[in-house]
Amino acid sequence: MQSALTRRTVVGGLVAIAVAPLSTSAAFATPETMSDAMRQELGPDARPQAGRIKITLPELAENANAVSMRIAVDSPMTAQDHVKDILVFSEKNPVPTVARFHLGPRSGQARVQTNIRLAGSQTITVVARMSDASLWIASADVIVTQGACFDGT
Amino acid sequence: MARPTRILVPKTAKKGEVIEIKTIINHHMETGFRRDDVGRVIPRDIITRFRCTFGGEVVFAMELFTGIAANPFIAFTTVATESGELAFEWEDQNGEVTRATATISVA
Amino acid sequence: MRRAPAYAAAVALFALTFALAGSLTAHERGIPAAEIRSGKTFLSRNLQADQDDPAANLGLLWVDQGAELWRTPAGTEGKSCGTCHGEPAAMKGVATRYPAFDAALGRLMNLETRIQNCRTTHQSGAPSLAYESQELLALTTLVTYQSRGLPMSVAIDGPAQEAFARGEQRFHRPQGQLGISCAQCHVENWGKRMRGDTVSQGYATGFPAYRLEWETLGSSHRRLRACFNGVRAEPFPPGSPEFIELELYLAWRADRLPIETPALRR
Ligand code: HEC
Ligand code: HEC
Repeated sequence: MQSALTRRTVVGGLVAIAVAPLSTSAAFATPETMSDAMRQELGPDARPQAGRIKITLPELAENANAVSMRIAVDSPMTAQDHVKDILVFSEKNPVPTVARFHLGPRSGQARVQTNIRLAGSQTITVVARMSDASLWIASADVIVTQGACFDGT
Repeated sequence: MARPTRILVPKTAKKGEVIEIKTIINHHMETGFRRDDVGRVIPRDIITRFRCTFGGEVVFAMELFTGIAANPFIAFTTVATESGELAFEWEDQNGEVTRATATISVA
Repeated sequence: MRRAPAYAAAVALFALTFALAGSLTAHERGIPAAEIRSGKTFLSRNLQADQDDPAANLGLLWVDQGAELWRTPAGTEGKSCGTCHGEPAAMKGVATRYPAFDAALGRLMNLETRIQNCRTTHQSGAPSLAYESQELLALTTLVTYQSRGLPMSVAIDGPAQEAFARGEQRFHRPQGQLGISCAQCHVENWGKRMRGDTVSQGYATGFPAYRLEWETLGSSHRRLRACFNGVRAEPFPPGSPEFIELELYLAWRADRLPIETPALRR
């Protein structure tokens, strides 16, 4: 970002936290609906371990409509040992599952990138499923600011 | 008119090299949660699947939901094995498919 | 200052960050030549990199679409843009001269209205191209893209003089219920933070541009509408003479900044 705005001054109220552009009517996901979605995707007894995943998200997103997200998972990506799936969950978006990526040894590296929508400041959770069926988990916080030009255009 | 897409693949690569592929496609990814000026819900209209194949084998796939930004940008990696054609497919919720290809020469 | 109490909160927001403007003499850019900076330089490094990346700059999708439209025959005589103009590359440099005064038509034309005019007079029988339609945006982006990297150089003398003067006045006049001029933000206070945004110097050299806020590509007039709304002023219609005059003033203010179209913006 341009100036040396720190996360603390932002939270201190100088910057309005975004009103989500995604929806005004739909019920937003709550952390519970996100955990429901995760249980559905991963199975009721899934116990992902922390680690191996690096999520790159801006600390302060320029606009909630398109936030650049990179995910890298630490894996040799061989036929015997590779990442099969990368799952992305949002605690606030109306649909808690944001994306599923499917990889394999042909990927060479476990590295993906896309642009996501965020219904407000929140924690994004990423789960990686490995070829040995083990699950890994990580999360990252994003603060969403509101643009100045008040649009409606 | 076909949906515009753009693909960036290195033209050449060494055998065994991991290359990055970037793609974009023109699609509004309407969430189904917004309303128009007179308050009617704008129906959901999104791309739900993307895949990249090489020689008929799936190299990478992705499932997209309403949380993916408009005009989806997707980047991923693959190992360059031999010269040939990478095929890309984006499928929307109604099963309509947009296709594109890119060639790579591997030495 | 006569401001309705209802807007006190909004005014306070500006007052917090903005010192109020002094007046400017005519035909001065207000910003020293050495300090003139494109809107791009006010973006995050991420977004700047995406603008330069041929697979991440979403605006390029409209360039491709424009190229397809360029060679599509339209109208009763089945002529395409290419029939008369050749390859799109023949349009190199054209965008740097627009808006320009058309002596035959007796009015100031920007690229959009120029292309609209080609459609109605040279491709008769074809449906007209509405302002802000995907087709007109695509063709305008394609034509402007041919001048990417070239400096703006519009004529403001001769027959363009009066239109230029009106655009200049409008830029410096307080607008809307907040009573703030374009200059107060883009000349006096560029570089300052406004909520999540950094105010730039207000050039249109990146337009048509892909804005994250719009989730699509839009014209410079759509951008101007947002700024008018921002100060609670009634915007002029897209394609109106008033907006084209402002556009001419913005093009001149940009001095010799290069065209970035299609730019990425927040
Ligand atoms: C209250 C402050 C404010 C006022 C007044 C204002 N703008 Fe803006 N303008 C902004 C902000 C914020 C942006 C978005 C960030 C940026 O690029 O400057 C912007 C963007 C722009 C841009 C796009 C710049 C780019 O590189 O993308 C142009 C052109 C512009 N304004 C012109 C005008 C004109 C002409 C007026 C007067 C009619 C005006 N603005 C009035 C705040 C303002
Ligand atoms: C039948 C021939 C013909 C066709 C078809 C045509 N044009 Fe033109 N165009 C002209 C002529 C002649 C001019 C010069 C201005 C005038 O007389 O209208 C012109 C001027 C222009 C200019 C301004 C060039 C400058 O140097 O200022 C642009 C831009 C342009 N045309 C774009 C287009 C586009 C885009 C299309 C397709 C939608 C198109 N034209 C279709 C004949 C044509």
